[in-house]
Amino acid sequence: MKNFSYSRAQSIDDARDAARKAGVALLAGGTSLLDLAKSAVEAPDDVIDISRIPGLDAITVNDTGAEIGALTKMAAVADHPDIKARFPAIAQSLALSASAQLRNMASLGGNLMQRTRCTYFRDPANFAACNKRTPGSGCSAIGGVTRNHAILGTSEECIASYPGDLAVALTAFDAVVDLGSRKVAIDDFFLPYGAAPHLETVLQPGEIITAITIPATMAATNSIYLKVRDRQSYEFAAASAAVGLDFEEDGHTVRDIRVAIGGVASRPWRARAVEQALIGKTLDARAVERASRLAVEGAVTQGDNHYKVHLAPRTIARAILTLGGIA
Amino acid sequence: MPPTIHLSLNVNGAMHECDVEPRVTLLDALRDHLHLTGTKKGCDQGQCGACTCHVDGKRVLSCLMLAAQAEGREIATIEGLAAENGDLHPVQAAFLEHDAFQCGYCTPGQIMSAVACIREGHTGSDDEIREYMSGNLCRCGAYNSIVAAVREAAEASR
Repeated sequence: MKNFSYSRAQSIDDARDAARKAGVALLAGGTSLLDLAKSAVEAPDDVIDISRIPGLDAITVNDTGAEIGALTKMAAVADHPDIKARFPAIAQSLALSASAQLRNMASLGGNLMQRTRCTYFRDPANFAACNKRTPGSGCSAIGGVTRNHAILGTSEECIASYPGDLAVALTAFDAVVDLGSRKVAIDDFFLPYGAAPHLETVLQPGEIITAITIPATMAATNSIYLKVRDRQSYEFAAASAAVGLDFEEDGHTVRDIRVAIGGVASRPWRARAVEQALIGKTLDARAVERASRLAVEGAVTQGDNHYKVHLAPRTIARAILTLGGIA
Repeated sequence: MPPTIHLSLNVNGAMHECDVEPRVTLLDALRDHLHLTGTKKGCDQGQCGACTCHVDGKRVLSCLMLAAQAEGREIATIEGLAAENGDLHPVQAAFLEHDAFQCGYCTPGQIMSAVACIREGHTGSDDEIREYMSGNLCRCGAYNSIVAAVREAAEASR
């Protein structure tokens, strides 16, 4: 790890000023930054510790929704009684992420900003070509070992998958990322890949996430986060689904359904085609399974990751059926 | 760029002064500068849990935390767990009783993680213990005995 200078921001304005300069990295929990610095993916000249800025770690839940400060630790949100009661998929997405130690360290803002787990991206010593790391250098993953790579939202320049869980749940429930000076809908926050996969979010130099807000909805209250993976715990998703469900007064006609998936796409992925196919319908296993397959229309697979074309719809279907009391 | 920064670290209730490069992790500061080698370096990438210690009462990975981040916080390591008269902490005693290790390298991290796991109340069942101890890997595969030790220590603390 290259050495750097270390200083602590006293205020959010301090941090914004610092973040405008090239070579500066912001440190909140530090779990991503240090991991990437050790493998030389990140090599900052100056590290600005923003973790002691006061007032950015509150959780407020009321009838309009939840507001969570960007420096709030993952564990604090996962264990918060009102988040668990009113936004169960959000709490579950965090509780099923990382390990207890990492959840005590990592901040919510940093969680959104985490980088892909593509092994080629994370290994510059052995793989010089990576368009995400060095624009224009090529992609070592295409034609390589691609079991964990994305099948949706990829491009000819990059097939890396977005590894996070929280952002998937936030995407299902129309969360908003608060940057202080502006607010960005979570679905607009993450950029599609295209020709510039090194650009992952709309954040500009000098912008910092200050809070995340989630509107209160019936679907968010009746929700689930289902994560399927190679080992039962402390593992990234092979496929995951955040699902929320609200029925009409009759108790079985779908009034509102939210579906977002993880582990399969270049960014948190809202499966609107699945939602549209089920709104106004009565849920039964066959209809749900058929609708769930719409989530992977247009998928581009590499061979090793073709299983995700089957796993993702099954994950969605199981989540919907479990939530609907049918499974 | 200054080559080193001066830090005052509160480890197990005692203040330690050290001059370290800013990039030095809490793990390396503990081991190489304060010579507290009970905290182990396994993967150094946040994947194994061998370096688990407590900061302000919460379990963390000292390999993914700068020493500078821990300044002004209360750091607790395996060296501070036993009583001053040498009596083992109940979790340490339970690990001995259940033979919850083979080579022992992951054990300080396992024990520090278990102490926090019990304090958090995540020991309601063996499945819950496994889930909340999943950040600590044991390459010898002593998991059954580790779960038994955590369960017994948790029951004794109720």
